[in-house]
Amino acid sequence: MNVLIDPDSWLRAAGGGLLIGLAAALMIIFNGRIAGVSGVLGGLIVDRSSGDRRWRSMFLGGMVLGAALLTALVTTLPPVRLQTGWIGMAAAGLIVGYGTRMGSGCTSGHGVCGIARLSTRSIVATITFMTFGAITVFVIRHLLGVSS
Amino acid sequence: MNTALISLLAGLLFGAGLALGGMTDPGKVVAFLDVGGQWDPSLAFVMGSALLVTFPVFAWVRRSDRPLFADRFQLPSKRDLDPQLLAGAVLFGIGWGIAGLCPGPAIANLTAGSPEILLFVVAMVAGMWLRDRTASITG
Repeated sequence: MNVLIDPDSWLRAAGGGLLIGLAAALMIIFNGRIAGVSGVLGGLIVDRSSGDRRWRSMFLGGMVLGAALLTALVTTLPPVRLQTGWIGMAAAGLIVGYGTRMGSGCTSGHGVCGIARLSTRSIVATITFMTFGAITVFVIRHLLGVSS
Repeated sequence: MNTALISLLAGLLFGAGLALGGMTDPGKVVAFLDVGGQWDPSLAFVMGSALLVTFPVFAWVRRSDRPLFADRFQLPSKRDLDPQLLAGAVLFGIGWGIAGLCPGPAIANLTAGSPEILLFVVAMVAGMWLRDRTASITG
């Protein structure tokens, strides 16, 4: 295995993780809610019966704003590098939406909150999506030979 | 009102954390998943340090009766490893590997001005809707 050594990136990653952990902490300590993005979004858009659309839209709107503000302030961040074209994005978006709804969560709900809750379902889900993410990248990059 | 303000603050921190951590860059995400190539372990630090915060917090939740601004903790009630969990995680992993985007960073990236990311988000919402419409058929 060929590992990229980049301590600056690791430090930014650790700092970003602390902010994400803090966000999840606020949501559960004050509101009693899991900060899982697919769950928050799914509840807002798909499940129209839920009466708590306000906090869901505040959270999602805050995310958009928070990322935009940080990107404006920290100008040394690397640019966003897309990995696939229109068809790939449409197909990936569709199965990410379907899959996270079917599997009750994504990287935040299962990975950041569920593992901390010591939930067996979340630990298994996280291992599963990481494994299949890695397999997919292996197939695309090393078997099909597509490079970004 | 209080819960809405907390949600806004948490969303701001969450979005800033995703951007600072490198999660909003699909190139970084794919490099993290590319264990067969030049592996970039950075994003393991995102999850690692987030868990450093959430582990003690959820230990507190287990000992507490209720959150500060709401009546009760709303935690998932399912316990069993059903086929839906596994199949859903497999599908999500494949999509994550193709685009290098999971739901959080896709949303956080909406102001990056990329029409492709907007398409991803629209397709993702459609996928969620489709799952909920077909859940009674496919189980």
